[in-house]
Amino acid sequence: MSEYTVNKSYAEINARIRAGEAVVATAEEMIDIVREDGPVAAARRIDVVTTGTFSTMCSSGAFFNFGQTTPTIKAAKVWINKVQAYAGLAAIDIYLGATEPAEDDPLNKVYPGEFRYGGGHVIEDLVAGKTVLLEAKAYATDCYANTKCKKELCLADMPHALLCNPRNGYQNYNCAVNFSDKTVHTYMGTLKPKCRNANYCSAGELSPLLNDPLYRTIGLGTRIFLGGGIGYVTWHGTQHNPNVLRSSGGTPRQPAGTMMVQGDLKQMSARWLRGVSLQGYGCSLAVGLGVPIPILNEEIALFTGVSDKDIFTQVIDYGHDYTNRIQRNYGEVSYAELRSGQIKVAGKKVPTAPLSSRVKAVEIAETLKRWILDKKFQLGEPVAHFPTADFSLDDKE
Amino acid sequence: MYTRIYFLRFPKETSDQPIIYYLVKRYDVEFNILKADILPQREGIMIIEFKGNRENIREALSYLKDLEVQVERLAGKVSRDDEKCFQCGACTGICPVGALYMQRPEMAVLFDPDRCSGCGLCVTACPVRAMTVSFDQVVVEEF
Repeated sequence: MSEYTVNKSYAEINARIRAGEAVVATAEEMIDIVREDGPVAAARRIDVVTTGTFSTMCSSGAFFNFGQTTPTIKAAKVWINKVQAYAGLAAIDIYLGATEPAEDDPLNKVYPGEFRYGGGHVIEDLVAGKTVLLEAKAYATDCYANTKCKKELCLADMPHALLCNPRNGYQNYNCAVNFSDKTVHTYMGTLKPKCRNANYCSAGELSPLLNDPLYRTIGLGTRIFLGGGIGYVTWHGTQHNPNVLRSSGGTPRQPAGTMMVQGDLKQMSARWLRGVSLQGYGCSLAVGLGVPIPILNEEIALFTGVSDKDIFTQVIDYGHDYTNRIQRNYGEVSYAELRSGQIKVAGKKVPTAPLSSRVKAVEIAETLKRWILDKKFQLGEPVAHFPTADFSLDDKE
Repeated sequence: MYTRIYFLRFPKETSDQPIIYYLVKRYDVEFNILKADILPQREGIMIIEFKGNRENIREALSYLKDLEVQVERLAGKVSRDDEKCFQCGACTGICPVGALYMQRPEMAVLFDPDRCSGCGLCVTACPVRAMTVSFDQVVVEEF
């Protein structure tokens, strides 16, 4: 027995997608649909809501198997374009992390460092079809006699390449300010002293996990848009923390859930995987991510109708508090306020700037919608769900 | 804060004088030397960025002129590679003159070269290095 008026299964929705009958809306379009028709009517009419986000996402990287040499090698240390990869996996399996800087990078020796090239850039170059230089060192064994190798290769030459990001798509994130008296260069961008600017980084109403705040549909096996290709959610991400303060609509008011995602790198696009250089901080990778949310019932319809004015985040000081792990906030702001270009912090007007691309988030949600309408993409039903919080919409009414 | 970049040509008679020192001491001008080529008893050149209030910089420039230092303003030409830019908006918080700004409600990042002062702060603030500054345009400063 179900408590919902509308009950749809993944199989039913996938059958409608295959028949070309599925009704799909982006998370942006769903806001008005739910407001005008109510969640029950919206759930009856809409089958899938598509979300999207495009931003720098640390905790990204890729596994490669780079192909054997003659004689064979058990690589112990490996560099691609002078960026070191982790080689302690097997003979020629490596993991290249997005935030690894090139070995000859001056880092922050001349502050703030530029961090022009790192793991994220290598991934972008490979996906773009460029040739890279792979260097390896090894000790010799009876079965792996080679002690060094140096070869130029491109992504097509690699027998295996898997984008594997242990933590992506943060469900909400801090709004960063700087109350110290000097400029700071952080992963949240450049922050002027005495709270003269505020940076934020979330797709808000378009963000995947903010449209499924209690992880009812996003779980292990969810098929997604990843880096321009198709990928999967394979676990909850590192630092996934469902037990945070939440709004009455269920969305967290501070950083909460995260996703681990992976997919075949060879079918991805350099348009949606971009190496980034964050001044004074380091290198990383900007990842395009889009998750379809099946509208199984009216509760999920209501969740996906969330808009920026209902999503809140904390204003956190990155000049002193964050580094020293001081749990303090300078108030709460909604994404509607953040998006307006100005917020109030401690009674003072502060200009805001986003670090997450709204334009690209919309494009991803639209692309995913088109894939589903063109019958190219079906929903993956999760085989296991993320750890969630004890929360009920009724309790808060 | 008023920021301008100048190309200075020092006559060889001035090469032994602490000119920059006086700029700081008398006119309270913040400076950043971008390039300098000065040898004793030779004509010297320098590319220097001045920061300060407009009046002080104006007086500092007229002091240089009195010493027969040739002053030309280097107008940095900033341009954006639209292919590289992914419209995040990080630059809009840094641009001091609003030449990089958000178009609402779409949240598209727009660049208006006419409003740009050529300071170049956006170059390193951009995560994908979509902004470049070039100094190929030399404009004679009007006092």
